[in-house]
Amino acid sequence: MKGYKKYYTNKVLWYLLTLLVAVILNFLLPRLMPGNPVSAIAVRASKGMTDKTAIQKIYEEYAQTFGVNQPLYIQFFEFIKNLFKGNLGTSFTYYPRTVSDILSKSIGWTIALQLPAIIVGWLLGNVLGAVAAYVRGAWDKGILPFFLFLSNMPAFGMAILLQFYLGVYLKLFPTSLGYGYNMAPNMSLSFIGSVIYHYQLPFWSIVLITIGGQAIGMRSMSIYELNADYVKYSRFLGIEDRKIVKYVFRNAMLPQITGLALSLGTMVGGALVAEIIFSYPGLGTTLLTAITGRDYPLISGCTLIITIMVLIANLLVEILYGFIDPRVKANQQD
Amino acid sequence: MDLSTHELKQISKTDIGGGIIMKNMIKQVFHSSKFVIGFVIFIVLLCTIIFYPLLVTDDPLSMVGGLFYKPGTYVSVKDVAQTDQYTLKINTSSVKLQSISKADKESMASWLIKFGNVKKSEIDTNNIQSLVNLWLKNYNSSADQTGLLSAEKKQYVRLNDKINKLASNEDIYIAAKDKDGVLKSNAPIDSRSFVNTKDVLNKRTFILGTDNFGRDVLTELAAAMGTSLKIGLVAGIIATMLGLLLGLLAGYVGGTLDDFIMFITNIFTVIPSFILLVLISFSVGESARGVMLTASIIGITSWPWTTRSVRSQVISLRNRDHVNLSKLSGHSLPKIILTDILPYIASYVVMAFILQISSGILAEAQLSMLGLGPATTKVSTLGLMMNWAIANTAPLSGSWWAFLPVILAITLISFSLNLMNTGLDQVFNPQLRD
Repeated sequence: MKGYKKYYTNKVLWYLLTLLVAVILNFLLPRLMPGNPVSAIAVRASKGMTDKTAIQKIYEEYAQTFGVNQPLYIQFFEFIKNLFKGNLGTSFTYYPRTVSDILSKSIGWTIALQLPAIIVGWLLGNVLGAVAAYVRGAWDKGILPFFLFLSNMPAFGMAILLQFYLGVYLKLFPTSLGYGYNMAPNMSLSFIGSVIYHYQLPFWSIVLITIGGQAIGMRSMSIYELNADYVKYSRFLGIEDRKIVKYVFRNAMLPQITGLALSLGTMVGGALVAEIIFSYPGLGTTLLTAITGRDYPLISGCTLIITIMVLIANLLVEILYGFIDPRVKANQQD
Repeated sequence: MDLSTHELKQISKTDIGGGIIMKNMIKQVFHSSKFVIGFVIFIVLLCTIIFYPLLVTDDPLSMVGGLFYKPGTYVSVKDVAQTDQYTLKINTSSVKLQSISKADKESMASWLIKFGNVKKSEIDTNNIQSLVNLWLKNYNSSADQTGLLSAEKKQYVRLNDKINKLASNEDIYIAAKDKDGVLKSNAPIDSRSFVNTKDVLNKRTFILGTDNFGRDVLTELAAAMGTSLKIGLVAGIIATMLGLLLGLLAGYVGGTLDDFIMFITNIFTVIPSFILLVLISFSVGESARGVMLTASIIGITSWPWTTRSVRSQVISLRNRDHVNLSKLSGHSLPKIILTDILPYIASYVVMAFILQISSGILAEAQLSMLGLGPATTKVSTLGLMMNWAIANTAPLSGSWWAFLPVILAITLISFSLNLMNTGLDQVFNPQLRD
């Protein structure tokens, strides 16, 4: 257990450092652009406005959020201080709601949608890849290539296909929103039923495009392992097939977990855009509203919270990996 | 081991003549069925991009039609009236009646049985002529329709209008003004008179209909595929160059430089590139965001993968005999990298480049969906086409032609590139072969 502690402390420290870099980028990127960022953003925010005092007010509000009159490092400490207080500023499109209030409402929807969808997609993909490697035949020549084709579709593309075919054409599922438009969030059975009903299309569109990429990785890992010396030796010893398959898949699984960690960012990005198709009340739709409304504080809040989400997910995967891979344990005990 | 003898053979062959190896390699690549399928799909798409504009010279962005006109050939009504007429012995009204859908027939039958005092045995839904006759005789919107919702009643009224229009035998006249300005017509149009579409001069075919601006979707799609591919290429070149440079430095020079580059690379692998794309694209501002800038932004956010794979390849090469030999011979660093390292990792770089192109095209599509794509009205990209279709709720209005072909194009480009990549991978990594 002692060895693990060092492993995990290292991991956590590394992720904290990455988080710091992400925060710095979130702070710095909009400020690095040529020209005065505040006036540029204020001009964009006040596009179409004629009222001079209103424009002036927007400018001042931005100048205050950015604290532009101070040197960069003071601005940064101010930014960090506010961050720790959970103060991400006030949204312009949803004025006078604060950014943290809006984000706290939508983050739950995104996590509840993406976490199960990515896990289910990953699991189904691994099973398909393993079966394709072991059974071959139609699995390897028909079903796997089909899902591989689907996995090349952007997540929003799959979302549109499902929305159009199952929602608009067959009228089996609702085409938008996270729950019935005539309901208010509560804990009643009818509300939960409505949520589950609205959940299906966004959920399956993420699952369907995740399967192929995972399956092809698992397939080649399994083939590689099936040809390994230990498998030949086990066969030679007469160990039953079921047991060998178990060993093979346990070994082939490990790189798949690392692969999941590495591709999480891409998956989350794609799934966020898919949310938009269904106007799902999550972070993706919020990000779109923020961008269309040129709502800088809300965009910044969204990107920050998404980054933190992905970092935490990555850290969790790595912690899990430490438990599963005996080599990590062995390394730490040396 | 096999690998090193294989390498040695390659080295000796290179000395004899690189051409033979190159030829063999290409031959091997084209033996891989995956590569060939991907290659063929890609070439077909590329030919569409290149040759379609030569055949159809219309401006892809000219707004000829209106909001989501459905696919088909549009002929000028005035031209039809003026064109020579031919008589064909075809019963036109029965064809029109055939167009009544099965669901409509069933609801007609059920209304007639429930409210029209018609016996079930009299109704034959397969004989549309008799069904329509029964309907015309018995339907009455003011009949007692107890048990029907008002929406259903209205639906029946609409159905009745439709059937009346289809079954109508009323004469239609084409009239022209004579010298005195009085409308004059010779005779009603015979229901059996036809025009030959070849005689109609003004017509336009929209194979895939029009988009929300009234642009021809197929013409626009061919142009958009070209632009998107260009974005993918530029993004891919930038990302591959950056990744190659950093990977070579980290892998070959090693030491502190390696630690530093890998530290940065690891950080940027974990921070989602999607987020960086959004932040940079938004900060750059709408006015500056052209096609090339969008491509460059995608390029500079997607190098970490290439850096990682190039670095690991270079590390495995660094201490090979031929590299050591070069070092002992006093060759300079650029020369060693160019002649002893690069040729060996070239295949990996090509594969990484192919993947970068496909992810660049996807990234553009995603950015455009968020409204952060190229902000220009002069070109169209696959992402912008999708963005407009969704912004105008094409899926909800059933205008499939505005988005299905675009999704298919994105998927096919990405699929063909990935297939080529897998095929190459199997040729260069014999362990992956089946």
